[in-house]
Amino acid sequence: MNRAWQIRKTERVWVSDVVIDVRNVSKRFGGLTAVNNCSLSVRRGSVTGLIGPNGAGKSTLFNIVAGNIVPDSGQVIFDGQDVTGLKPHQLFRTGMLRTFQIAHEFSNMTALENLMMVPGDQPGEYLANAWFRPGLAKSRETEVRKKALDVIDFLKLGHVRNELAGNLSGGQKKLLELGRTMMVDAKVVLLDEVAAGVNKTLLNDLAANIERMNKELGYTFFVIEHDMDLIGRLCDPVIVMAAGEKIAEGPMAEIRANPAIVEAYFGTPVEAA
Amino acid sequence: MTELIFFINQVVISGAVLGCIYALGAVGITLVFGILRFAHFAHSELMTSGAFFAFLLAGAFAAWGITAPIPMGFVVLPIAMVISAIFALGIDKGFYAPLRKRGAKPVTLLIASIGVTLMVQGLIRLFFGAGSYSFFETETKDVFRVDLSAFGSTRPLVITEPQLLMIVVTALSVIALHLFLTRSRLGKAMRAMADNADLAQVSGINTALVVRVTWIIAGALGCMAGTMLALDVTLKPDLAFNIIIPIFAAAIVGGLGQAYGAIAGGLLIGFAESLAVFNWTMVLRPLNAILPEWLQLPATLAFVPTEYKLTVAFVILVVTLLVRPTGIFKGASS
Amino acid sequence: MIQRSLTLFAGLFALILVIGWVMGLPFTSSRLVEAAAYALIALGLNLQWGYGGLFNFGIMGFLMVGGFAVTFISYPVNPQFWGADGPWLLGRALLAFFAGALLVLAARQSHRAGITGKWKTVLTVIAWFVAYCIYRSQIDPAAAYIESDAGGKWVGGLGAHPVLGWLFGGVLAAAIAYFVGKISLGLRTDYLAIATIGISEIIRALIKNMDWLTRGTLTVSPIPWPVPLPDAYAGGGQPALLLARGGFLLLAIAVLAIAILLISRAYAGPWGRMMRAIRDNHIASASMGKNVTARQLEIFVFGSVLMGIGGAMLVSFVQIFDPSSYQPINHTFLIWVMVIVGGAGNNWGAVFGAVLIWLIWVISEPLAKAVFDVVSYWSSTAGWGAIPDIEARSAQMRVFVLGLVITIALRFAPKGLIPEVVRREG
Repeated sequence: MNRAWQIRKTERVWVSDVVIDVRNVSKRFGGLTAVNNCSLSVRRGSVTGLIGPNGAGKSTLFNIVAGNIVPDSGQVIFDGQDVTGLKPHQLFRTGMLRTFQIAHEFSNMTALENLMMVPGDQPGEYLANAWFRPGLAKSRETEVRKKALDVIDFLKLGHVRNELAGNLSGGQKKLLELGRTMMVDAKVVLLDEVAAGVNKTLLNDLAANIERMNKELGYTFFVIEHDMDLIGRLCDPVIVMAAGEKIAEGPMAEIRANPAIVEAYFGTPVEAA
Repeated sequence: MTELIFFINQVVISGAVLGCIYALGAVGITLVFGILRFAHFAHSELMTSGAFFAFLLAGAFAAWGITAPIPMGFVVLPIAMVISAIFALGIDKGFYAPLRKRGAKPVTLLIASIGVTLMVQGLIRLFFGAGSYSFFETETKDVFRVDLSAFGSTRPLVITEPQLLMIVVTALSVIALHLFLTRSRLGKAMRAMADNADLAQVSGINTALVVRVTWIIAGALGCMAGTMLALDVTLKPDLAFNIIIPIFAAAIVGGLGQAYGAIAGGLLIGFAESLAVFNWTMVLRPLNAILPEWLQLPATLAFVPTEYKLTVAFVILVVTLLVRPTGIFKGASS
Repeated sequence: MIQRSLTLFAGLFALILVIGWVMGLPFTSSRLVEAAAYALIALGLNLQWGYGGLFNFGIMGFLMVGGFAVTFISYPVNPQFWGADGPWLLGRALLAFFAGALLVLAARQSHRAGITGKWKTVLTVIAWFVAYCIYRSQIDPAAAYIESDAGGKWVGGLGAHPVLGWLFGGVLAAAIAYFVGKISLGLRTDYLAIATIGISEIIRALIKNMDWLTRGTLTVSPIPWPVPLPDAYAGGGQPALLLARGGFLLLAIAVLAIAILLISRAYAGPWGRMMRAIRDNHIASASMGKNVTARQLEIFVFGSVLMGIGGAMLVSFVQIFDPSSYQPINHTFLIWVMVIVGGAGNNWGAVFGAVLIWLIWVISEPLAKAVFDVVSYWSSTAGWGAIPDIEARSAQMRVFVLGLVITIALRFAPKGLIPEVVRREG
């Protein structure tokens, strides 16, 4: 069920339509097969959702794509490059970033510092430059600071920018995580259960920001989620996994109406709606 | 045959004795780590203080005219173990529990345990001075020499009475521990808590009681290990401080939190140390007769010179960390 | 915050004056030089633990390595060694070492030749064993020869300037830190603690027993000073002594100042921010592209360099290198107490803690003796007799006092007396 590639030539650069291509990935933990020969793809510029019942292998697959788990077999192709088995800090450089289910902010640093630490090409992060080329470090630092302030403005977090990130609300922490991905103009953002632990009002805010990032700035999102309303609002297409494999893909309305999927979730066949 | 007996004396018996002490010490460490999740550095002081409790009791018993067929140190051991258990509980209540209540990190508890180590050592030195004492000032240490000339050996098998009793007592303690951990409710509760503290608590296990029992066992076994060590060599204030590192190594090699691992690790390191400094020339001497002139064995042929005996434990530890960080029995790691 | 720091430093200064008045200037001047060296070492630990969150419990090993380095570099040349076969034999041992290393490396690369899995492990183990045997076969006769009269008893030094020895101490410490870090970083933090203790004990055993290299327990002295000795000052007596020590103290403070400058400059900028992020949440840092293990290694090595230099400074000052004088209590735990009590994560806290704890450590013995003397006087007049062994027991009191200080500090100022300043950018 993989969508066919559409190769477009733009300014002598070959750009494919598929940005993440998961090919025949499998992972076992002892006797348990979490992901079983799974293949799926994420289209550039989309907000693609990944849903499925508990134990379907979504989290494992997500973590494989994000580099936190190494698959037993199969490949992960990111923007034409084989990134299978790369560690998270190496994937960062390719332009793929992830957020965490339980917000992993740097709690003893301010919101602004949380953003400023992200860019990878800061000469000031090298001891030699900090000591012997302070001018170089300083000029980049000014750039980074400006960008961080822009991101703060976009996410409307200006009033808490000097607050310690540990003191922010759950929703604000998640916004901050999104902000971190904006600091490096990530190609793809992997959202791990972004709705977890966030109240409805702030969730609206989060969803609105994700939509803005996607439509105004062209970010691609790959979203794992249990909150069906959020998926319905944000995602097209939605991929469904069960028992370690992909069983369906399509717009949310189709998925909701598909009896096989309902059976996968509830275990009993249901009359088609 | 002589060579085999020499080997048994130097490696098997010596290694078993050392291994028993390391094993008992390591079990205390690994249990505290499994339940309370911090490295209890002051365990060496539980061992040393336990030995001193036993020493005082043995002296008192002798002064009261009590005699026994086995060394006085073993006779008073149960009482000393009780005192040590109470001492351990006291230390926890006074130094660690207040920090735990305030959510202290494992590092902080480790440093606090270093503080306890220094204070207890200081107190022991204050009262007993820095010299060494012996359990055998008023009684003699029986040495058993088993004559094996019937089997063709010119050397006897040598084992001292404390060493023999030590191996027996350790074996009994290991069996008792095993029965406790597998058969009793409290033992199973301990294993559950070491595995998953939160789940244990919500399952209705009295975690405070488990913590207390952990300290009791740690104190008691530490006292046993320290006393037996003192019976084998001499009693000094830094008795156990010198071997705390091999004991930690044993606990890590066996897998932190795994009691059986600690025993296995202790015995492994005990035997490894004895084997590493063993002089192979004594055993391989008969070969000299058949080897050519230029390949004669040197006077001492050992893996490691005797001065480096304690480093064997560290080398094993480093190798374990490289190859299998979770230890033999797969305890906790990163 | 600044006010509190200034008050504390003022108090410390007052304490120094009191000690100077009670114990005399020669005693106090020596202690201050030592305190400066310890401050440098505490800065090193502050880097590793305060900024990096790394447990180094093998500080003693790094200090010994620094001490060895300065001894080797600055002690006069031993012509007897260089005139005999010693250097040639050592050269062969070095070749054997490299041959062995190549063998092990080759075994580890054997998968290129098609040997994999269990067989590769077997081959690697055999390679280690053979390498060890080859090395021992060369070094043992070399060591025995050098230790004999014909070989000159030991290799002697290179006769160079002590400050070069200090720098070499930093280099050696960095090499060891790199090796230890490569093995143990990335595992549980407690494991790094145990690994560092282990390495430090191995270093101690090696330095104590390699008589051909370090004279082992026979000790090496006198080791030259980087500044003029008291004899060089005209007039002699106490003024010369104080002037000479003052010179050393100035040099030590200069080294300390350079270290503080370098650390502060790095920490104030992006490097410091990155380190704080890694210490705060290393999983998130890795996801944000920071190579956590490499950075931890970097800070571990940086801290060790300071420890190596500090250890070298101490040995230079006392002019004697005695491997038996290194004790974990004095040389590892003491530094930890300095940083924890002073304030982990704050350079000034580390310096303050170093000076304060060192002074407490050195006056607890005379103070305890004074207390014992008074109590003994009372107990004799009350008829219970004097307290025996006052000298020995006073010496042991330091240990108890140190433990007490740790416990009190953790209870009442768990973050230290001059704790880390949490920054909020404007």
